[in-house]
Amino acid sequence: MNEELIISGRENLMVDPQLHIWHWPIPLYLFLGGLAAGVLFFAALYYLLGKEEQFRTAVRRVPFIAPIALVLGLAALFYDLNHKAFFWQLYTTIRIQSPMSWGAWTLLVITTVSVIWCALHIREFFPDWDWKYQWLKDIESFFNRYKKPLAWVMLIFAIITGVYTGILLSAFNARPLWNTSVLGPLFLASGLSAGAASIVLASKNREERLLFTKIDLIILGTELFLIVHMFMGFLASTQVQIEAAELFLGGEYTMVFWIFVVVLGIIIPAVLDLMELRGKHIPALIPGVLVLIGSFAFRFVFVFAGQVSRWLY
Amino acid sequence: MRYAMAVDTKKCVGCSDCVVACQTENNVPIGFCRDWVVEVMDGTYPQLEIELRSERCNHCGNAPCVRCCPTGASHIVDGGIVLVKPNKCIGCGACIASCPYDARYPHPKGYVDKCTFCIHRVKEGMKPACVAVCPTKCMYFGDLDDPNSDVSVILRKRKSKTLIPEAGTQPQLYFLI
Amino acid sequence: MATRRQFIRISAMGAGAVMAGAAGIRLLGAGLTDGQKATLAALTGRTPTYCEVCFWKCAGWVYKDDKGSIQKIIGNNEDLNCNGRLCPRGTGGVGMYHDEDRLRKPLIRTDDRGTQSFREATWEEAFDYIAEKIKVISAEHGPECIALFTHGSGGKYFSTLLRALGSPHIAAPSYAQCRGPREVAFQATFGESLDSPEPLDIRDTKCLVLIGSHLGENMHNGQVQEMSDAIDKGATIITVDPRFSTAAGKSKYWLPIKPATDLALLLAWINVIISEELYDKPYVEKYTYGFEYLKEHVKNMTPEWAYGITTIDPTVIRETAREMANAAPAVIVHPGRHVTWYGDDTQRLRAVAILNALLGSWGRRGGFFRTETFALPEPPHPAYPTPKRTWRTEFPDLYKLADTVLANGVCDATVPDPSRNCKFQAWIVNGTNLMETLPNQENTLKAIQALQLLVVVDTMPMEITGWADVVLPECTYLERYDDLRVGPHRKPQIALRAPAAEPSSDTKPAFYMARELAKRLGVIDYFPFEKIEDQLDWQLKQVGSSLEEMKRIGVKTLDRTADDLYFYPDEDVEFYTATGKIELYSTALEGAGFDPMPKYTVHEEPPAGFYRLNYGRAPMHTFSRTSNNPNLTDLMDENSVWVNPRVAKEWGLSTGQYVHLVNQDGKKSEFPIRVRVTERIRWDSVYMVHGFGHQEKKLRRCYGKGASDTNLITKVLVDPVMGGTGMRGNFVTFITDLAGEEVVS
Repeated sequence: MNEELIISGRENLMVDPQLHIWHWPIPLYLFLGGLAAGVLFFAALYYLLGKEEQFRTAVRRVPFIAPIALVLGLAALFYDLNHKAFFWQLYTTIRIQSPMSWGAWTLLVITTVSVIWCALHIREFFPDWDWKYQWLKDIESFFNRYKKPLAWVMLIFAIITGVYTGILLSAFNARPLWNTSVLGPLFLASGLSAGAASIVLASKNREERLLFTKIDLIILGTELFLIVHMFMGFLASTQVQIEAAELFLGGEYTMVFWIFVVVLGIIIPAVLDLMELRGKHIPALIPGVLVLIGSFAFRFVFVFAGQVSRWLY
Repeated sequence: MRYAMAVDTKKCVGCSDCVVACQTENNVPIGFCRDWVVEVMDGTYPQLEIELRSERCNHCGNAPCVRCCPTGASHIVDGGIVLVKPNKCIGCGACIASCPYDARYPHPKGYVDKCTFCIHRVKEGMKPACVAVCPTKCMYFGDLDDPNSDVSVILRKRKSKTLIPEAGTQPQLYFLI
Repeated sequence: MATRRQFIRISAMGAGAVMAGAAGIRLLGAGLTDGQKATLAALTGRTPTYCEVCFWKCAGWVYKDDKGSIQKIIGNNEDLNCNGRLCPRGTGGVGMYHDEDRLRKPLIRTDDRGTQSFREATWEEAFDYIAEKIKVISAEHGPECIALFTHGSGGKYFSTLLRALGSPHIAAPSYAQCRGPREVAFQATFGESLDSPEPLDIRDTKCLVLIGSHLGENMHNGQVQEMSDAIDKGATIITVDPRFSTAAGKSKYWLPIKPATDLALLLAWINVIISEELYDKPYVEKYTYGFEYLKEHVKNMTPEWAYGITTIDPTVIRETAREMANAAPAVIVHPGRHVTWYGDDTQRLRAVAILNALLGSWGRRGGFFRTETFALPEPPHPAYPTPKRTWRTEFPDLYKLADTVLANGVCDATVPDPSRNCKFQAWIVNGTNLMETLPNQENTLKAIQALQLLVVVDTMPMEITGWADVVLPECTYLERYDDLRVGPHRKPQIALRAPAAEPSSDTKPAFYMARELAKRLGVIDYFPFEKIEDQLDWQLKQVGSSLEEMKRIGVKTLDRTADDLYFYPDEDVEFYTATGKIELYSTALEGAGFDPMPKYTVHEEPPAGFYRLNYGRAPMHTFSRTSNNPNLTDLMDENSVWVNPRVAKEWGLSTGQYVHLVNQDGKKSEFPIRVRVTERIRWDSVYMVHGFGHQEKKLRRCYGKGASDTNLITKVLVDPVMGGTGMRGNFVTFITDLAGEEVVS
């Protein structure tokens, strides 16, 4: 029999009996951030492809979700901080080796850019909008002139926003479940599919809905591939990663992962998308909402399960 | 200068004096600890073996906590000691999650806290509180770059191991076995 | 005591550097945590003390932070008891001071005993109440019917009070509930008892035999330190224990003996050492009496015979005996500490003493050294009155070899009994939680209910306080002066305890309490000094020191009067026995009607489905005294019951599960206890650490946590030789269904 015990009564808050330093605000932010990244990515992409008029919803209307999501996400992150009064220290330095540092700056940029983008398209919702102050009108015309560079910035930073959260988690070698480089692309894919699903939900244009249904399907397929790939990687890796994978292969997170994340969040929406593309008319609400649920559930499960995975007792 | 600590598992009796001494020396709040004692038992009665270890932050040479800190609050000073600047810490918890040894904890005041190798004592030529109090004198501390320091001498004499070196952290807490 | 911060000049241990460093670190300032800043600011002077958390009394220094609050205690480098390093209890002594559950004001009972109904009172009220009752009792029954139970420094002053009144009945539970049998056994063999700390030359021993000692979990500071030194020097450790103790983990030989059979093993060792002629021949020839009787007595107690009883392989018995003999005379068969196990304990310790004598370790380097102590003059006072009756005069045939008052004896003699025409009427209890200390709690309660007066002096609201008529809140050792420590060691030393802080709330030191009572009882002449500082200064000046000097140095070491730490070769030593020699054959025991040489007795084994209840210590606790200590409960706040995996499988138990324990008399544990399934315990026993399972709700940190073994010790095996209460004859079984009971966590 082998016993490995801490005999000096260690009971550090949020560390013992098992790490639980990050609670719901973190997966909430990861979801909102990913969603905003996806939405802004498609907006920028289709703008740059010159399809602004064709896909009005994607380029002009759905982006309004982004600043709301980002602000809520940032609020959740702020709420999670243990030393809130010092949060501004994040902006006194850039630390190349810390994905969280890039994230802090990236969020600053992408939130600003998304607000500007929405401001440029405010008349989608308020046709008679008047900026009132001359300096605001000047800013509007400035960005309208430089809309293309703005869109490029938005595109790049949307990708960074989508992928950095995955890289951030994968940089934690102390948490074997997260320590896989597949996590970055997987988070990006999940964010993009949430963005695409939002566009399908919001759009009233059949052509637009079909395109984004197709895009969503491809991305969901990619996600599924990446998930399988990730598990293959774990099972072929070291003991700690095998044990991390086992959390989902019989361990406590098995049900919630396979049911909510994979079946409800990926497989069923993919099948429904396929059926939609084949002509069967499916109410857009169902696959759209399922994808969003799946995207959130994925981040939730991974953040919690990741804290359970460990090297030592 | 590279500070390191060694703990003799053959002499440690698991009394946890190191934990209380650290607590009173560093005002660690009740309910928290910067170091702890682990018992490992192996075998079947009566063929049994026990190992006792006093553990703490390993002040790693390749510290993941310093790498992941977004504000630079977690930093390394001369001698390789990993410290936290409380006024730079935002309490994001990334360093706590990034430590494979579970050495850090969130201080009730909001910042992240952990073993500091009692740098305030080391600077005065004293040993860390845990090393100074240990009744079995099973703990050694010193500069690995000085071949005559306590820790260098004992590591030459005895076989030792570190915890999960395969995690790539280059821990500087050695266990004499 | 001055409350102004004073920068007392600290002794030469780098104090100057430390002070400069403190200022330097303050300049660095911004980068430090509060903890680091506070620590350096803590060097606002230090106060000497000696620890009260256990009886070892290590001397140390108390440091306060920049707000004047006690922060840290470290050992005094000059102290031979601790060599500058305190144990975890001593280091955690600050917790005793800061504990929020401390007693604050004197309490007087308002309703029936045990209903926990008290009212706060002034000290005057409390003293008047007590004095009145004592006067009545003394007049009606005689002052001899007042007894003191003590396990604390304050007891010294209550002792003076009682003796001044005419009562000799001062009981320390550490005798008959703990080390009594070995004191009597060693007294009978070598002519002197062992005392505390024991004179074991562990640091120079080549072979340490632990039979019934779990040194390492038992945190006798100096001995643990020396054991570590011995390991460094390559000493062998032989541990005999049914449990794989920490010491067993460091031993060359661990003998996993069947419980209750140790005496057989000891006799077999004696057999081997005599039959293979491994004993120290010149030593035995010169110093011992009765060798031929002993040789004849153990003739048939071979390792093979012992194997059948102890389950220890005969080869191992022989090998370990030879290992001991090889190391002799630098060998110690450790006498243990708590040795009241099965009722034949004096005889078992006689075997230990005999074994040591044969190996020639008594008085030799690496064995037992000769201590020297120091006699401080007592302040002049009238001669103590001769008591009219003592327990000896009332019970001439009982426990003939006991040489002090027995705590359980007093307790038994308080329970009304028609066959006796007298009983104890009043108890003063100082620093011992009798409810957990004396086995058979029911009996203790019967005694308490029959008392006319129960006064409890304590720092914490321990269980015993709930039964008192008057509770007197004592301030902790960090808040008072006490008698100078002059314990025996390799060199005589004096240690000072001075207060580092004013007494908290309305607490007071025992000196004050005893003196105030003495005033009211007309025996103030026995307390000639009004202030204890003046008494201490007077005593110190008699021996060439002073209070001022002691405050500066904390510990004063004096030279031995004779260079006789060990016997000289061929020294003519006189032993204080009837024969003047080390008695392998004990004339004292024979004279009292007991076996002059130990015989093996079979002890009861657990019935089917029951397991022997073994108990012990954890290095971070000293039972009730630390149960509620915040720093120490941080390390361990509940005990667990160790269960062998085979047994666990049978019962379906897993680690972390909570169960109740029930003993052979149907007594159930008050609270459930956590299970630890471990290979470290034998399949016929269970093990738990003593000192948990507190029932007193006022102890908020430890109430309801873990279970109390004392709860389950209802069968007491009394040693007829000296009255020791053997506690290891109880067996328990499990109740796994908690019936919805909530576990305190």
